[in-house]
Amino acid sequence: MHPAFSVILLTTLIGVGQGLFLAIYTSQLYALARLLPMPDHQRFFALGSAVAVGFLVLGLFASFFHLGRPERAWRSAARWRTSWLSREVILLPLVVMLVAAYGLIHGLGWTRPLFVIRGALPVDASLLVGALATVAVFALFVATGMIYASIRFLREWASPLTVFNFILLGGASGFTLAAAFSAWVGSGPTRFYGTWAVILTVAGAVTRLASLYRNARLAPKSTLQSAIGVRHPRIRQITQGAMGRTFNNREFFHGASPRTIAAVRWFFLLAVFAIPVALLATAYVLSSVWIPAAAFAVQYAGLVAERWYFFADARHPQNLYYQQVA
Amino acid sequence: MTQLALVIDLNVCVGCHACVTSCKEWNTSGWAGPLADFNPYGPDPHGTFFNRVQTFEVGEYPNTMVVHFPKSCLHCEEPPCVPVCPTGASYKREEDGIVLVDYDKCIGCKYCSWACPYGARELDEHQKVMKKCTLCVDRIYDESLPEAERRPACVLACPTNARLFGDVHDPDSEVSVAIREQGGYALMPEWGTKPANHYLPRRRTELRIRPDELIRADNPLKKEGVPPKPPKDQPTLDETTSW
Ligand code: SF4
Ligand code: SF4
Repeated sequence: MHPAFSVILLTTLIGVGQGLFLAIYTSQLYALARLLPMPDHQRFFALGSAVAVGFLVLGLFASFFHLGRPERAWRSAARWRTSWLSREVILLPLVVMLVAAYGLIHGLGWTRPLFVIRGALPVDASLLVGALATVAVFALFVATGMIYASIRFLREWASPLTVFNFILLGGASGFTLAAAFSAWVGSGPTRFYGTWAVILTVAGAVTRLASLYRNARLAPKSTLQSAIGVRHPRIRQITQGAMGRTFNNREFFHGASPRTIAAVRWFFLLAVFAIPVALLATAYVLSSVWIPAAAFAVQYAGLVAERWYFFADARHPQNLYYQQVA
Repeated sequence: MTQLALVIDLNVCVGCHACVTSCKEWNTSGWAGPLADFNPYGPDPHGTFFNRVQTFEVGEYPNTMVVHFPKSCLHCEEPPCVPVCPTGASYKREEDGIVLVDYDKCIGCKYCSWACPYGARELDEHQKVMKKCTLCVDRIYDESLPEAERRPACVLACPTNARLFGDVHDPDSEVSVAIREQGGYALMPEWGTKPANHYLPRRRTELRIRPDELIRADNPLKKEGVPPKPPKDQPTLDETTSW
């Protein structure tokens, strides 16, 4: 498939935004359970949510460049019963709104407990809205992943691993950003975020390597024989029926050499997994504000490459019909 | 239920592209707006087509066969391109099974083209919406046309009659009979898309003659060979005499 930068940016940016929100909300839950000290995180939670909303909105903005007719984008909420794309279109603004509401509740300090469960668990508005937002964030991860995993013709994508990768890589980049952000503003549980960022990055490495392993061994289901219905081991296309380039030549081919593909693969394996883990580990020893920031920058760049590779890796059966421009 | 479709006879198709040009001509001048071309007379011309004729070589020289292969939307009975469309712009008509795109609803997200294994959909770069074969839905029901012309433009244009059009659910239609009796098959059956369009295979017309059919063995008295000459006191083989 041809990697479209609008979609690469959309999926990576909203992944960061979703992960960052999950990081913030998880730390609130930990603090509530008194597993983390509960210092004055209010401002930090509000600021962090604002950053998360920023990433989500940027992603939404990028997605418009993918559409031929962005002015009609509202129509795409119509078929949520059958289309994962439609579901994503509904969930993304919902997540933006819920995360914004969550940040606003913290920013305005509306966190007086509404009620207390069993005299021990004070429940405030942020906890409730945060829980709703968490559900929406996971639903959005699943919808984004299923957009790709539900197309059975692209066998490299049609696997549960695709959904796990979206969740784990989005989560990892969000927790890394949370670590970088809390180190930067000097409040918030940086170490907690860093630890979870490493855990999620390692888990993401496992599922991503599993999908690389799987895809390297996938035999195409369609062949030229089934494509034109002629039983002969040697079939070769003489012409695709058009001298000029067609939509089919542009949309479904990446045009990159095998060497470029391999280079991108090595780059993203290092930049998404190895380097951020090493940097976050160093950040434990040297408490510099730059190291977690660098870890996030490298990981994000790596994720852009990872998503590019994700597209280039998928071979569409229609390509059998477009082998020879003549 | 009706399912309109094309049946394309690869044994007859000569790869002349008449269906391509007539399709383009009809569909670029219709109510749905042009099928845009860019640089049609300059370098690097490109544009949108509903139908393309491709050519394949089967076998290795000198034992080769050329297959001309017209390709357009197959109006699948289980169209995977339809449920993925987020807007409902892509739909399959209940009444005749034609798969269509509503150009006023399409947002040009291209998702449906990913979900078609045949590469049958093309994005119009001018209108920025998805396009594909409509089976000339704006002509096959047009009662101002004479009955014989209420068929897709490609079918009317084909000089070798390689394209048949009709209802593949009606067992007695021309297309159903052709599929049944001439080995009609569907493309990429492995995906379960159940294409309505079918193809009739290339068939080499061969005259099979066994060597013994070349030598006449039935009547030894006919011209070839030497007639038997039995002696005068013996009966001849037939009522005639050979002396
Ligand atoms: S050929 Fe492609 S575009 Fe046409 S109905 Fe089948 S899947 Fe859809
Ligand atoms: S390109 Fe148009 S027809 Fe295709 S899925 Fe998107 S909105 Fe539907």
